Amino acid sequence: MLNQSPTCSAGDLIIACAAFISHKEVQSTMDISQQLLQYIVSGLSTGAIYALIGLGFAIIYNSTGIINFAQGEFVMLGAVLTLSFISALQLPLLLAVPLAIAATTVIGVIFERLTIRPLKNATPLSLVIITIGVSILLRGIVMLLWGKDTRALPAFSGNDPLSIAGATILPQHLWIFALTGLVIIANKLYFYYSISGKAMRACSFNRRAASLVGIDVKRMVLFSFMISAALGSMAGIIVAPLTMTAYDVGIMLGLKGFCAAIIGGMSSGLGTVIGGLILGTLESLGAGLISSGYKDAIAFIILLLLLFIRPQGLFKKGETERV
Amino acid sequence: MKREMVKFLILTAVVLLAPLLFTGGYLMNVLVFVGINTMLAVGLNLLLGFAGQISLGHAAFFGLGAYGSGILTATYAVNPWLAMLLSAGAVALLAFLVGFPILKLKGHYLAMATLGLGIIVYIVFNETVDLTGGPSGLSGIPNLSFWKLTFDNDFKNYYLIWGFTLLIMLLSINLVNSRIGRALRAIHDSEVAARVMGVNARLLKVQVFTLSALISAVAGSLYAHTMTFISPASFGFHFSIELVTMVIIGGLGSIYGSLLGAVLLTLLPELLRAFQDYDIIVYGLLLISMTMFMPGGLVKGIPAGIALLLPGRRRRGEHA
Amino acid sequence: MLEIRGITQRFGGLTALEDVSFAIEKGLIKGIIGPNGAGKTTLFNIVSGIYPPTAGSILLESRNISHLPTERRAALGMVRTFQNIELFGQMTVLENVMVGLHVRSRSGILSCSLKLPGHLAEERWIREKAMYWLEFTGISELADIRASSLPFGKGRLLETARAMALEPGILLMDEPAAGLNSRETAELAVLIRKIRDLGVTIVLVEHDMELVMDICDSIVVLNLGKTLAEGTPREIQENQKVISAYLGEG
Repeated sequence: MLNQSPTCSAGDLIIACAAFISHKEVQSTMDISQQLLQYIVSGLSTGAIYALIGLGFAIIYNSTGIINFAQGEFVMLGAVLTLSFISALQLPLLLAVPLAIAATTVIGVIFERLTIRPLKNATPLSLVIITIGVSILLRGIVMLLWGKDTRALPAFSGNDPLSIAGATILPQHLWIFALTGLVIIANKLYFYYSISGKAMRACSFNRRAASLVGIDVKRMVLFSFMISAALGSMAGIIVAPLTMTAYDVGIMLGLKGFCAAIIGGMSSGLGTVIGGLILGTLESLGAGLISSGYKDAIAFIILLLLLFIRPQGLFKKGETERV
Repeated sequence: MKREMVKFLILTAVVLLAPLLFTGGYLMNVLVFVGINTMLAVGLNLLLGFAGQISLGHAAFFGLGAYGSGILTATYAVNPWLAMLLSAGAVALLAFLVGFPILKLKGHYLAMATLGLGIIVYIVFNETVDLTGGPSGLSGIPNLSFWKLTFDNDFKNYYLIWGFTLLIMLLSINLVNSRIGRALRAIHDSEVAARVMGVNARLLKVQVFTLSALISAVAGSLYAHTMTFISPASFGFHFSIELVTMVIIGGLGSIYGSLLGAVLLTLLPELLRAFQDYDIIVYGLLLISMTMFMPGGLVKGIPAGIALLLPGRRRRGEHA
Repeated sequence: MLEIRGITQRFGGLTALEDVSFAIEKGLIKGIIGPNGAGKTTLFNIVSGIYPPTAGSILLESRNISHLPTERRAALGMVRTFQNIELFGQMTVLENVMVGLHVRSRSGILSCSLKLPGHLAEERWIREKAMYWLEFTGISELADIRASSLPFGKGRLLETARAMALEPGILLMDEPAAGLNSRETAELAVLIRKIRDLGVTIVLVEHDMELVMDICDSIVVLNLGKTLAEGTPREIQENQKVISAYLGEG
């Protein structure tokens, strides 16, 4: 029977770092509002990561109707590959990062070509199983080539904490927020103002109609995998300096990213981002105020509640089904 | 149904006689696990293969049954058979209640929900240290005993476990070849048409979910008493995936297929001892290739392969 | 036997049906026709319980069934067939029909898994009845064939056999002639009359005018979600409003 090794997630270490740092910096006891602020800030940054991962889910889902269980693995690959390029090829961080993103994107393409494209009329069950299979495969390969240890990526611009309004923020947090902001803008520009972006949206509304007006649906599916792989790997890279990375970080991150996407109603834009931020903040507050052991459970309880009560997310209106 | 009877009797004979052929103690231990995994795979197949509902969290029911029995017997010295009954009953009740909201979901959403459920249960096992012993596990679980016979070695446990396994297989085969089995497969093929024919799809799905959970819980109790020690690591996401793999490889919708899948996936890691780290990769490849190229599982694939080689064989609709 | 009263159906901003009312007399064959988009399938879905109406009610033998789920309507003797035939593809032809007997049988999980004597007797009865209905529709030689490998025409017959196994009081058929050639359509007409002779009330949604005019005792015409006309085939054929609805206004 396989054993499951414990995973260290972003939130854990952010809180640990923040607590440690703030303990050092602020000798006297922090009052409740400052603690709350700290939790919220850490939560927002974790949430931004979930948002990026969630966008990956949403984009593939919107163009193919598939939930890509291997999305978490893209996240893991981004960080792992960056580390490999730095250590094995002696590349500087600046080069390793884009190379890792590109490599993950290529893996996404291979995945789509070999397993998704050949399946025309697969049942949802088959698709779920296949993406799970790919996720396991990727994990297994990385475990074999890389081992089971956790390693940290060097921070992008140092480790000196900043103090903003009484809350302690590491520079890496700022990178995370900046990236997320950029992604939101790029998303909007791409999906609403570029031809291929609009084509992808058309596919998500109605594949048949889209192909009838001349949109190459297969190409759009490929693009969606490429974008999701790139986004996933970026998320993995940018959070890796804060949390460790290992071959199995993809599972939890992927699931939480999915949760973010569900909250946002599978929107390829702001909805999912807000979903991620909400999730991250709730998780952080829950862990800080209630119990840190159950932290991971919080995300899944939210997921279950949403799926039971409002599967279309917080932001979409309900749809009636046509038969 | 004579053919079914003969098939089953042959299986029973093989199971009864197998230990006489294998004198190696270690293999006995593995065969005990094969029995437990077969029970789990059959239970899952009823839900996954016949009713067509995805569950990626079945290890949770297995674990709940194991911990239920384990805690009641080790900590509270309840009679093991009574503990098994109580534990299985509690899990069945939980599954019944959770089943209604969860089975309203379909496809990917159901998969994610069951996954989430499984992980929540796993976290609870780890965190309720006072009750379960947390990550270090729960030990001191007594063996089962019947009258003067205590099941305290692999040989005796083999017969105990396989007794249950054969019983569960028999009941499942009877079920799938009956009115209920047809209703389940109808739901799988076209839920709308099944409902039009009067099948209460919603209720039946929940009933099968509950039955499947019940079987898993019983398997969990047996596992606890056989191992005398349990820890959360055996009941996580990885094992849930392993179970799904077993069912798929053997063949969705085939009870004997689940047996085959369980045998293969339990023996494989043992045979590949030297290649231990490769097992995840193998699982991944198996899942992908079986789903793409042999959706009926080995149970359909092997006869089909033989049929290709032998000309003039007619294909008929068959199951179980 | 069946009364449609004031059925209105809205999907978001779209009004698919508006205040549709008519009655279906027992033991007769009623046709529902209308140009595409008239709301025929929506009406059928509401009557068979796929979704409830926004407003209005359906009465089956004076009993309000408007909000009963589909499976309960089956227990009351209402069954329908589908335009795109919804067969249980992985099961054999015989097994498909056996599912039709689900409401007339009772063995539960316990009885089935333990193979109690009551269950065994019931299984034999189900099998016999299912074979009977296969013979009724003339496809008994296909009993052990996998349903998904049937040609379309035979699939239609299977769906009908399955529906009849339920021994319905009322049979709703959604475009039964769709995809059939003229020989098969003629055989369909014979089969429908045979069913009517058993006392079953039949409601057809159809586009094949020849079939409709041939076998229906009474016809309702829908257009743009409203009832346009109702009467015998003769009356409908001569109705100016119907003619212009089909041919389009000027």
